[in-house]
Amino acid sequence: MLQDKDRIFTNLYGFHSPGLEAARMRGAWDGTKFLLEKGRDWIIDEMKKSGLRGRGGAGFPTGLKWSFMPKQSDGRPHYLVVNADESEPGTCKDREIMRHDPHLLIEGCLLASFAMGANACYIYIRGEYIREREALQRAIDEAYEARLIGKDNIHGWPFDLYVHHGAGAYICGEETALLESLEGKKGMPRLKPPFPANMGLYGCPTTVNNVESIAVAGTILRRGGAWFASLGRPNNTGTKLFCISGHVNRPCNVEEEMGIPFRELIERHCGGVRGGWDNLLAVIPGGSSVPLVPAEQIIDAPMDFDTLRNLKSGLGTAAVIVLDKSTDIVRSIARISYFYKHESCGQCTPCREGTGWMWRVLSRMAEGRAQKREIDMLLEVTTQVEGHTICALGDAAAWPIQGLIRHFRHEIERRIDDYAANPHPEPVLLAAE
Amino acid sequence: MANRRLAPADVQPASFAFTAENENWAEGQIAKYPPGRQASAVIPLLWKAQEQAGGWLPQKAIEAVADKLGMPYIRVLEVATFYTMFNLEPVGRYHIQLCGTVPCHNCGALDLKEVLRRRIGEQNHVTADGTFSWIEVECLGACCNAPMAQINFDYYEDLTPEILEKILDDLAAGRPVKPGSQQGRRSSEPKDDVKALTDPALFDGSVIGAWRKRFEEEAIKELETRTASEAAAATASAPSQPKPAKPDAGRAIESEAANTPAKRAKEGETPVKPDDPKGAADPGKAFVASNKERPESQPAPQSDKSYTMTPSKPEEGRTAADAKTGRGSDG
Repeated sequence: MLQDKDRIFTNLYGFHSPGLEAARMRGAWDGTKFLLEKGRDWIIDEMKKSGLRGRGGAGFPTGLKWSFMPKQSDGRPHYLVVNADESEPGTCKDREIMRHDPHLLIEGCLLASFAMGANACYIYIRGEYIREREALQRAIDEAYEARLIGKDNIHGWPFDLYVHHGAGAYICGEETALLESLEGKKGMPRLKPPFPANMGLYGCPTTVNNVESIAVAGTILRRGGAWFASLGRPNNTGTKLFCISGHVNRPCNVEEEMGIPFRELIERHCGGVRGGWDNLLAVIPGGSSVPLVPAEQIIDAPMDFDTLRNLKSGLGTAAVIVLDKSTDIVRSIARISYFYKHESCGQCTPCREGTGWMWRVLSRMAEGRAQKREIDMLLEVTTQVEGHTICALGDAAAWPIQGLIRHFRHEIERRIDDYAANPHPEPVLLAAE
Repeated sequence: MANRRLAPADVQPASFAFTAENENWAEGQIAKYPPGRQASAVIPLLWKAQEQAGGWLPQKAIEAVADKLGMPYIRVLEVATFYTMFNLEPVGRYHIQLCGTVPCHNCGALDLKEVLRRRIGEQNHVTADGTFSWIEVECLGACCNAPMAQINFDYYEDLTPEILEKILDDLAAGRPVKPGSQQGRRSSEPKDDVKALTDPALFDGSVIGAWRKRFEEEAIKELETRTASEAAAATASAPSQPKPAKPDAGRAIESEAANTPAKRAKEGETPVKPDDPKGAADPGKAFVASNKERPESQPAPQSDKSYTMTPSKPEEGRTAADAKTGRGSDG
């Protein structure tokens, strides 16, 4: 188990004050000027050494991302945008950072902005997090007051930090949709290239990072990339906030070492699976976008990017949704399908039409009101949506269904058989091809 | 995607204007964004307008925001219809947004839905006394406290049907209700059994400055190696290094530059475009020429950043310098 001394988010649960003085006692804002004086290259180098992979879901190395920003401004300002549009079903970690440990985030914003030559940073927080937004704004006001940030601050790097909020669109968690939304438009993802590092917010070089990726920066720089890299497993280093929800005895957020075995994670922090380990059906290990993993494959698997990818799933945001045997698995995945239908921005046809189609077919399958050959048809449609859209929402809509069919085809077939065995007044529908 | 339209004309108010206080607040919001980018404030302003209009967004409010920001009405209307937190029809005094996505769905949100249906009616329906309305929404991001609902601005977590009924009773009777977890949790910690973050040393200030030891040790080590290597350099001769570093390691652009028309022309080959020598001779466009001028210590620019055409005088005001060289190379 990760020791308390190696935990970064020491006020994750809000047992202590989120205010500046208490945050300082916990080590935030400690020697920030010293770190800045080490220079941009040192900061980026140290982040690369830490092996930190982006905590927003895709797992792209953070240090590398920072290094993509132009070294010298060509006259356009640089921007850091922090993605706090936490909407992936199962994920609730950034919320705790923003309301309980906001100063780690603010300090990280300053360090990251300095490393990228940005003098302004926007934190895009989801609209529903109204109280969290207020808490974050309070902390920012405190930091301005103490001249930790601002045009003329004690760190000698002019830096303004603004909170911007959305209004309930999951798609704005996609980085280019977020930038569109921040510019006051509908949150529709942009084509890439140009990448945000060249043409981002207002056409200026921009880096978009997840809250957790930015908030760990201060501690990584203080304690060293080597310290962070010594935790976890190769290529999957450091600590990670896990959000464990669903059918465990005590659902919770917890910071743990990357690569902690699933069983240990659940036993230690969540009091085990509801009804015992034999009652475990499947796990969605990284937020609703990743395919589920059946119990026998996940129980002893280390929770990290590479292992879960090899299980044809993913760590995503480390939002672990545990499903026990009482779960109606087909209906649950159909509910996820509905989510993507609801949240599709409507820009690309395969996603706009496909998400609704997949949801309708899957809802019928949940009742058994379908034909067996539709299972393969559904699988084929998922592959036609996947990879044929501007952003990854199409992929995210397809993967859970692929996971369901991969591991629980027998369950769908059983329902179809059960339905067919009973007489029904209406004929069974068949999806139009 | 959802079809979202403005409320019918008979419920639309005849006019909308921000209060003086909100007007002030709006100015503060607009000031967050660079000049000319005031459209960025559209979501915060619409949100404030919705707050002022009693929880929903009338057409006149959308138009008022558009006028305020100098945006066409349609641009603001499309924002208002795209984002689902903007209620386009009137809602109850307590608007309940019940999370129905998978973690909540599997932890009892279906039962809560039944409660709401029984107590309030169908979704998007306002009770006769105007107190309640409800809607099922997608993940609200409090999954460790499932099932949960948002009532106006606050989250109510760890709900059961009985607790939700009680909250509804209290709200209807005007009694105070406590937001957050309804089962005594502080936030998203494991209930009654927190195994992490219990070490008092995290909170007594002993972590402050503890990390500096590493830098002090490194500084000493660096000093030692530097003196050692200086001594070695003084005694050893130059070729003692077994493998000299490649001078062009990591300088991808140099291999490209080696094959540019300018380079070939210099080596005596016929230039590719003999009738357009001006571009090749232009120092702003000939990458080889600028590479030659670059001091050895400076790394070559990466190819994807090639829009920094002239790297000369980086310290000067960039805008002016760029504009000057840009004009010079054009004319």
